Amino acid sequence: MSLQHITPELFEKLVGLAALELTEEERAYLFEEMNHQLASVESLRQIQIPEGTTPSLYGLHPEGISPRADEWKAFTKPKQIVALAPESEDGMIAVPDVKGAK
Amino acid sequence: MSLTSLSAFEVARKVKAGELKAVDVAEAALAQIRAVDGLPGSLDGGAVSADEEKKVHAFIQVTEKMALEQAEKVDQAVARGEDAGLLAGVPISIKDIFCVEGTTTTAASRMLSNFRPPYTATPVRRLIDQGALILGKVNLDEFTFGSSNESSAYQPATNNPWNTDHVPGGSSGGSAASVAAEEVALSLGTDTGGSIRQPAAFCGVVGLKPTYGRVSRLGLIAFSSSLDCPGPLSRNTRDAALMLQAMAGVDPKDSTSSTRAVDDYLSTLGQDVKGLRIGLSPDYDAVYYPNFETGELHKEAIQKEVHETLYRSAELLAKAGAEIVENVPMPNTAYGIPAYFVISRVEAASNLHRFDGVKYGYRTESAVSNLSELYRLTRAEGFGPQVKLRILMGMYLSAAGHDADYYTHAQKVRALIRQDFVRAFEPDGDHRLDALLTPTTATTSFKRKAVFGNSLLMQYSDQMTVSSNHAGVPALTIPAGLDEAGLPIGIQLIGNDFREDLILRIGHAFEQVSRDEAWRKVRPQVLAGEVKA
Repeated sequence: MSLQHITPELFEKLVGLAALELTEEERAYLFEEMNHQLASVESLRQIQIPEGTTPSLYGLHPEGISPRADEWKAFTKPKQIVALAPESEDGMIAVPDVKGAK
Repeated sequence: MSLTSLSAFEVARKVKAGELKAVDVAEAALAQIRAVDGLPGSLDGGAVSADEEKKVHAFIQVTEKMALEQAEKVDQAVARGEDAGLLAGVPISIKDIFCVEGTTTTAASRMLSNFRPPYTATPVRRLIDQGALILGKVNLDEFTFGSSNESSAYQPATNNPWNTDHVPGGSSGGSAASVAAEEVALSLGTDTGGSIRQPAAFCGVVGLKPTYGRVSRLGLIAFSSSLDCPGPLSRNTRDAALMLQAMAGVDPKDSTSSTRAVDDYLSTLGQDVKGLRIGLSPDYDAVYYPNFETGELHKEAIQKEVHETLYRSAELLAKAGAEIVENVPMPNTAYGIPAYFVISRVEAASNLHRFDGVKYGYRTESAVSNLSELYRLTRAEGFGPQVKLRILMGMYLSAAGHDADYYTHAQKVRALIRQDFVRAFEPDGDHRLDALLTPTTATTSFKRKAVFGNSLLMQYSDQMTVSSNHAGVPALTIPAGLDEAGLPIGIQLIGNDFREDLILRIGHAFEQVSRDEAWRKVRPQVLAGEVKA
């Protein structure tokens, strides 16, 4: 059996896509642990999946309720929602400029 | 018997009968927390004194005012002759992964250290509506990502009340420890791969993972949405049944909650187990670890005392009239953890994208020049290593081009795991089981720092529990003995879809048939030698 490995280059790409920044210590630890976990994942290849097996999203499929009508309902405490934001202006959630201009 | 030793069932009965004031119950629970819990978990908690090392540290936040106000309402309802609810005056802790209005809901992460949710999770709301007293929020692995509680950003992490040098398990470690240390009678936990059952087994208490969809997930901060199940931790099966009764049922705000009618778990609890078919499987008698180089699985025996306790428990159930069915094949059990590595990481990465320092939670205090930098610094500072590991792994496994190899493949393995259970429980099948009896964990609780950091070994401590999450079926752990070091051993009963009534009934029968065993007289270290009023 040949194992897939996460390369240092791929690892760095994933860090960027995940919007993370890592210390050197974290980088070394996470890189090694990911490859160890991948070794476990690779054991799944040993299983012969019978033809026609349908992927199971839930195990037991939920006998859930039907989606409600797509009708707008106001949340009763909007000020509490805005108050949770680290920064707000005039009742709106504020963020830094997307491109970097102040 | 002291107030804090009373079962939830007894507390509610006495409060409703006017024999006991809910306020007195709350005061007793608060006194017990002060006596055994020590410093609450806090960010940058750091090292603690030798004395504090012997404390439980289950709580991040004690909600004294809330509990006393709820107790007064219960007492007033009783005085007016009203029904004060199934859980009248019962002290409960809540894993700090559930939104509770009026509390900070941290997920044991710096990322949510300032989060004050504007609503209360459905299971918590239902407990309160039935007269429960919320004593506080208890510690967990950060965002539930772990099996020892050590990954919490809130330190000191919880210790095992049976031996405070050992971990309580996780991720619902604070829940299990708070129940074992008699700080509360019940706790609300969550189970994604074993996070109720593993800590319950490590701490010598009862833990129930209900059928997926039996209890609403609204207000639970999601880890892996197709696996997460809220459920009770208690000191006996009757209390677990009582708590499930209060929480179960459809929720219009959770489309995955089941519309199926809720059974009366309490009325069937006392029925005997004569003729019930309980299975034992050789596939739960070993742990399968991967070789890092080849990915191939190799087999290791479970702890000898755990194996012996399982078979002794089966004999006791046989004496009670159950029929033991040996050699039930569950051939895909070994693949539960590998499939979990894929499914849970992909779903976790997706759920964690929402934490970005914009709408709520932590935001970096560093000066940033644009939104992208804000995201990166916030997430770098707000998340601990285990969270970052799950995000990165989930992104890798779900990347374009990998889906068929990993996520879809793991979902097919999940289907095979479910088929193992379908075959075992099939009414016209070879085995026709009412329940499968297994160890809850391969070993008893390990020492602090013994496993932490090794994400693979830590995850494999859930090997006995994770398959029922994949399959969606209910599973119950109950204490069944102690090992040579005096640490609790749990056994697990796995049932068919929505047959919580049956596994609770079998668990209750086991409690009756084992009630005079010597190990039941042994108390956790933090309670031994105590003098109570």
